[in-house]
Amino acid sequence: MQHDEDPIRYPYRRVADQDASHPVRHPVVVAGAGLVGLVTALDLAGRGVPVVVLDAGEGVSAGSRAMCFARRSLEILGRLGCAEAAVAAGIPWHAGRVHHGPDVICGVEHGPEAGQRRPAFLNLPQAQLEAILVARLRALADAGAPVSLRGANRIIAVGTHPDHVRLEVETPEGPYSLHADWLVACDGANSSVRRMMALGFPGRGYEDAFLIADVAMDSDAPAERMFWFDPPFNPGRSALLHRQPGNLWRIDLQIGADADAAAELAPDRVLPRLRAMLGGQARFTVESLAIYRFHCRRMERFVHGRVLFAGDAAHQVSPFGARGANSGIQDADNLGWKLAAVIAGAAPELLESYNWERGLAAEENIQAAARASDFITPRSDASRAFRDAVLTLAGRHPFAREMVNTGRMAEPCTYDDGPLNGPDAAGLPGRTRPGAAAVDVPCAGGWLLDRLPQGFALLAIDADAPEAGLPVLRLGSAGHGALAAAWTGAGGGVVALLRPDGHVAARWHTAAGTPTPGDIAAALATAGGTS
Amino acid sequence: MSRIATALTIADPEGFYAELLAVHDALSPEASAALNARLILLLANQVGDRAVLSEALQEAARGSDTAG
Repeated sequence: MQHDEDPIRYPYRRVADQDASHPVRHPVVVAGAGLVGLVTALDLAGRGVPVVVLDAGEGVSAGSRAMCFARRSLEILGRLGCAEAAVAAGIPWHAGRVHHGPDVICGVEHGPEAGQRRPAFLNLPQAQLEAILVARLRALADAGAPVSLRGANRIIAVGTHPDHVRLEVETPEGPYSLHADWLVACDGANSSVRRMMALGFPGRGYEDAFLIADVAMDSDAPAERMFWFDPPFNPGRSALLHRQPGNLWRIDLQIGADADAAAELAPDRVLPRLRAMLGGQARFTVESLAIYRFHCRRMERFVHGRVLFAGDAAHQVSPFGARGANSGIQDADNLGWKLAAVIAGAAPELLESYNWERGLAAEENIQAAARASDFITPRSDASRAFRDAVLTLAGRHPFAREMVNTGRMAEPCTYDDGPLNGPDAAGLPGRTRPGAAAVDVPCAGGWLLDRLPQGFALLAIDADAPEAGLPVLRLGSAGHGALAAAWTGAGGGVVALLRPDGHVAARWHTAAGTPTPGDIAAALATAGGTS
Repeated sequence: MSRIATALTIADPEGFYAELLAVHDALSPEASAALNARLILLLANQVGDRAVLSEALQEAARGSDTAG
């Protein structure tokens, strides 16, 4: 592949596999070159695992897709070398504003801003982020990494075997067969891999339809997440307006349970709706338009032998809270190092922890999305009465503002009681407990996440780490208040065992004694690592 | 173990009851339901104790089936 190729396109090219007399075997095939498939491929390639990505299309996604990326996603993209480009292209934001009828009832802070390296959220159209990931993947391939992306390669049959998966792939020049030691299915909510394997996707659908529009419009409105309940321009329903780069605005209008998608998409229906919302003076052009009804559902298991499901293929939520793409990126972050370890000889049971940990995250996300959907689209007269009561009280009573739910914005899942968690110690901050994602803070030499060694590592703050065959990042908290606040307690230092995805596996408070090499070896074994 | 008060805690119970009815005077069923929803939220925040709230919800959901 060449650098100068357009990163929004990956046109079909014939590959040697198509001319082989027997199906060529690959360690990992990723189905789908959406965000989750691309992040999975970059993560695995960064760990030296050869990856082939197959996509039915020949370019990045079109239309109104994901657009809001949370800090944790940016941290993961940072590890993959893509955060700077994403932040440069996107619109950072952290505040929201909620309207009820004609009034603003409250502002909302979505996460702290001070002392953070990355914005709480970054708005960037999915297609633009995919293009950044494709460019990065090509750069890795140019540098010799065994990673490739095949456009117009549609998987049309999946044969599962105890030690491999057989794939039939349709191309413009006819079909060919591939063998994969592992198949990662990142092929979206309508996953064809899931369908071909006859696996269920149970959950709940919502009756209300929403009109999703991206419009280009000159406006100096702030980059805030603007939410309306019962606005004059959409009585009895909700609306959302959110800024994207390049004077593009995302509009999300509830249009009711009885909406007829074909009729609602007609210009004589759409344009009056948008004009009513944006104001008669607004000059705008419609870039994309769709009608959606939402679902909250998940596969019972994400691991099926040699086939691993990630992202929307495995779980789907309503969009309020930006939990779709963000949780998919975290799936890839969680799966990559585990799959690399299993390929390098670790017991395949490690993949069960992917099922457990990301299953927990899916449950959290589905619960949060379901609660937001129930608030935004009340299911009954009683639920509407309570929703309206919350909104009425919120203007005067701070407690009621906390109940206003326009979508609780995505926070990374903490894998409490997870199968990989080792010992915890009393007296240390809750947000860096075992199972939590490492909190990025300034430290000597830059930012903590940048300074963490790849793979399993020990973080020793104000403490001596024992020799355990692991790389150690030694830091002092003096002069680094945020580091102390996030990681240390009173009367001693902390030693933390960090996983390759940056989650805390175990920690020790040296006030209660420094961990022994045996303590660390035991925690490492529990966490699925080898020294 | 029961957490919610079952013995009377309100001074002037009859006066409270009359006041409760009075705020609903002349309201439509919808307006009454909306007022009740606001009242429940205000009182729930005043109570605060999550376990007490759960027990009160379960008790209220039992409705008139006091044998339940």
